[in-house]
Amino acid sequence: MKVILRNPRREIEIEGRRRVHGLLAELGLPRESHLVIRNGTLVPGDEELDKDDVIEIRPVISGGM
Amino acid sequence: MKCRTCRGPAIIDLPRHNANFCAEHFLQMCRRQVEKAIHDHQMLNKSDRILVAVSGGKDSLAVWDMLIDLGYQADGLYVALGIGEYSEESRGYTERFADERGLKLTVVSLRDDYGYDIPTASRATGRVPCSACGMSKRHLFDKAAIDGGYDVVVTGHNLDDEAAVLFGNALRWDVEYLARQLPVLPSRHGFPKKVKPLIRLSEREMAAWCVVRGIDYIVDECPIAAGNKHIGFKEALNVLEEKSPGTKASYYLGFLDRMAPVLASIAASGADSVTPCMRCGAPTGGEEGSVCAFCRLVERSAAHEPVSVELILKKSRSQKRAQSEVAQS
Repeated sequence: MKVILRNPRREIEIEGRRRVHGLLAELGLPRESHLVIRNGTLVPGDEELDKDDVIEIRPVISGGM
Repeated sequence: MKCRTCRGPAIIDLPRHNANFCAEHFLQMCRRQVEKAIHDHQMLNKSDRILVAVSGGKDSLAVWDMLIDLGYQADGLYVALGIGEYSEESRGYTERFADERGLKLTVVSLRDDYGYDIPTASRATGRVPCSACGMSKRHLFDKAAIDGGYDVVVTGHNLDDEAAVLFGNALRWDVEYLARQLPVLPSRHGFPKKVKPLIRLSEREMAAWCVVRGIDYIVDECPIAAGNKHIGFKEALNVLEEKSPGTKASYYLGFLDRMAPVLASIAASGADSVTPCMRCGAPTGGEEGSVCAFCRLVERSAAHEPVSVELILKKSRSQKRAQSEVAQS
C-alpha cells in the first residue's frame, strides 16, 4: 500500500496488509497524535488496510499558542 | 469496531472514552462536549457578538464551524504573520473556509498594516519567534474585538494545548500563571472577554472533526514552532495518555475543578494597576504615560530591515546543534 506521511510530506510503500494499529506501531507513530485516512474517510484502529490502499497518516499535534 | 451509540460501523476509536463512534455520533459527542464547556464556564450567550481568532489550522476552523453549527453569531479575524509560504497557505485555507460558508472574515497583515513580520520582529527584539508571535496576536485580537464592538473573543485552544501549558507552568511552579490558566478571562481593564470552548476536546478529536466535516486546513506545522518546548510537553503527555487513556482530561479538567478554586485569590490579586498605552491607548501594566509592549515591538521591528524565515530557521538549527554538542560532551 502507498502511505502518505506529513511534516515533511513524503510517500512510502508498505508490502502486504496491515491493521491500522499495526501500521502505526510499525512506523513508530503514536496513535494519540495521528489520524489514519483512506479516500477522505477516517479509519479506526482495528480496520484492515488492503495492499492496494492509499493511506494518509496525518499528525495532529500543533505548536502555536 | 462498532459505534457505541448506534452499533453501526465506527470511523474512530477514542480510548479515553473507552468508545468508538460513527461519523454522526462522533460529531454529536463533540457538540455535546463544547456545549458542556460553554454552559459549565458561562462562556457564551446566543445573543453575543463573537470574534473567532482563526489561523487556518484545525482548531480555530473547527471551533468557528462548531459555533455556527450551534447557532452562534461568529465572525473571524486572521492575522497574517509573514512566516513565508506557511502564512500564505494558512491565509488561503482561512479565506476559502469563510468564503464557502458566507462568513465574515477580517484580515490584519503585520507587514502591510504595521511594517513588520514575525521573523523580523524576532531578530529586531531578541525575542524567540513564538513569543513575538503570541504577543502580536493577543494585542491585535484584543484591539479588533474592542474596536469592532464584539462581546467576546473565542480561541481554538484544545485539551492538549491547555494540558501542555499546565504541565509547563507546573514544572516551573509558576503560581501566578497557574492561577490565571482558566478557560474564561472576563472583560476587565479594557481587555475583552476571552473564552476557550474546545477545552474538553483533544487535538486528535479536533482534527477528526475537520476530516468528517470536510474542512480543509493547513496540516503542516509552523516551520518556526516545529520542535518547540510546547510540542515537547504535548509529546510527553501523549506517552502517558497511550499508557493510561484519559490522563490529559483528568489532569487539566481536574485542575479546573479542584486546583483553580484554591488559587482563585492569587488570580484575583494580579494586574489591577493598568494604564492606557500613551501611543495606542491599549491597556498596559506599566506606569502612567508608558508605552505598551506591542508598540515597543512595532517600533523596533518596523525600523529593522526585513529578515527572512529561512534565516531564523538557520539560526534555530545551529543553536540546537550547539546544544546537542554540549549535551554530548
